[in-house]
Amino acid sequence: MYRTKIFDHVILLLGVFIMVAPVVVAFMTSTHEAADIHRNGLSLSWGGHFVETYQTVLTREGGFTGKITGFNMMLNSMILGLGFAVGKIVLSMLAAYALVYFRFPLATFFFWVIFTTLLLPLEVRILPSYEVMNTLKLTNTYTGLIVPLLASATGTFYFRQFFKSVPDELLEAARIDGAGPFKFFIDVLVPLSRTMMAAIFIIMFVYGWNQYLWPTLMTTDEGFFTLVRGIKQILLVWVGSNIPDYNEAFALAILAMLPPVMIVVIFQRWFIKGLTESDK
Amino acid sequence: MAAITIAEVSKIYHGNVEAVKSVSIDIEDGEFIVLVGPSGCGKSTLLRMVAGLETISKGTVTIGSRVINDVDPAERDIAMVFQNYALYPHMTVYDNLAYGLKNRKTPKAEIDARVAEAARMLEIEPYLSRKPRALSGGQRQRVAMGRAIVRKPAAFLFDEPLSNLDAKLRVSMRGEIKRLQKRLGTTSLYVTHDQLEAMTLADRLVVLNGGRIEQIGRPLDVYHRPASTFVASFIGSPAMNLVKGQIEGGNLQIGLYRIELGGRAPVEGPVTVGLRAEDLKLAGVGEDAMLFQVDYVEELGAQRLVHGSIDGQALTIALSPETPLSGDLAVTIAVDRLHFFSPETGKRLERGTSFAGDAPVETHRLETAS
Repeated sequence: MYRTKIFDHVILLLGVFIMVAPVVVAFMTSTHEAADIHRNGLSLSWGGHFVETYQTVLTREGGFTGKITGFNMMLNSMILGLGFAVGKIVLSMLAAYALVYFRFPLATFFFWVIFTTLLLPLEVRILPSYEVMNTLKLTNTYTGLIVPLLASATGTFYFRQFFKSVPDELLEAARIDGAGPFKFFIDVLVPLSRTMMAAIFIIMFVYGWNQYLWPTLMTTDEGFFTLVRGIKQILLVWVGSNIPDYNEAFALAILAMLPPVMIVVIFQRWFIKGLTESDK
Repeated sequence: MAAITIAEVSKIYHGNVEAVKSVSIDIEDGEFIVLVGPSGCGKSTLLRMVAGLETISKGTVTIGSRVINDVDPAERDIAMVFQNYALYPHMTVYDNLAYGLKNRKTPKAEIDARVAEAARMLEIEPYLSRKPRALSGGQRQRVAMGRAIVRKPAAFLFDEPLSNLDAKLRVSMRGEIKRLQKRLGTTSLYVTHDQLEAMTLADRLVVLNGGRIEQIGRPLDVYHRPASTFVASFIGSPAMNLVKGQIEGGNLQIGLYRIELGGRAPVEGPVTVGLRAEDLKLAGVGEDAMLFQVDYVEELGAQRLVHGSIDGQALTIALSPETPLSGDLAVTIAVDRLHFFSPETGKRLERGTSFAGDAPVETHRLETAS
């Protein structure tokens, strides 16, 4: 018994090491100067330039036009992530509500049509989506960044399964209590779905936050740059004898990691609850 | 408070499956009606049609003076108690009770007063700020009843409300429902598959089988004069013994044994004979008796159920536990305690003239107190 316990912990420690070590290396390296990094490679020691580097990254106006700071990029990423998460939850809840509670012909068929779109990643429809947004003159807007990606088969699927597990008697009791479809949704289903919403929120926030291809395509105005694009932007300066600001790239990467990590840490309890137990 | 009239109501499901077949029941104002039957007999469907949770395929349902076939459930002035309570899990007990009233735009003070009154009646005052999750099964059922009471509806509909409770709690809640209903005097329709619940609660009970009404009557009428073999075997525990018999020349022949009917034979020819377990007595010395071969004995404490057979036909006899049992028994039955049914249709066969022992025992509906 005791021996297996040690073995279990060795495995866990190994897992933790593999997961955390790259992050630690990135963080430590980010505190060195760019020239040091170029010469010595990655580093595990403390470089002592933590404050300067991170201050620069957050406040220096970079890019070609010089009007985007790290802080702005973070704000953009946040808008994208939150817009994604909230929009997807609202849309997929409404879709699932219609699929589960309203009898309309071919409901199951429509569900499976929605479901099969799970198999198609964003990249498959990226050109037509771009074309639509371009025609609507929505490039370089937050609307254009967020709206085309809001339809979510994953979210619809999760909420559909959840709604199906809500006992029918609850709906019947609500009907007798005089709650119409809208009231039932707001007063009963939404509060019951809280844990589920938290779970979907985390998944979708991280998904939105990490978007790279779509924002690259949709926004040419540097004012809309997100953190993930910013990292790449720093490394792009490698022309001639310039040394890329590795330290800043690492610092941005660390900053880009923080909000999703915080979201997961904060919502973790709800996340697990939402995916494992049902609060009924 | 209202009378309910169910007139020739049918439920036809998709694919022409008829779950309820032209059922008519007149429910008086303040009456407690129990719909009882085995699973799949259509009792719940009928209740749900009255509630408005299922559409009525044919016929009409009238509550008070309104035909409510096309009226929304919320507008029918009814309240329903569900088997699994169906409390809103995210709301406190208070909010659960108040939700229906809030939706009806009842003034806040009125809601407070009604909830407080219902809570006091059901003794759930200490739990008003708790969530249903933190309550026991019995407490949840009380809350579910509270939700019905606060609305002061014209009728209560109960859909097997006690099935999820343990046996002991079921008995006490049964008493409480009865007491509450008498006190409030609200017309009630109660669905159960438990014949004991049906017997104890009902002013009148409706026995359903295969979507049809087998019998409507006061509990003791149904018990003492079952209209068919189905009712006979469904109502009463242990179930009524049904054995094959033959009436020849005015006398009943069961296997080897002949019982004189004293000129009151219903028909000639084969019949199904119904014998209540408690009507079979041990024969005294010198009496005509049938040989009862004992198979096994069930001790119930107050009663002793002896299972066995008379001439190969299985029967159960209820005896007092003081009766000494020694091998096989000699049993006899009073002629006026016999029930006869047609072996083909299962319908009750009335005897020519009725006499005292056969008359239904009068039960008076308790008047609403206060």
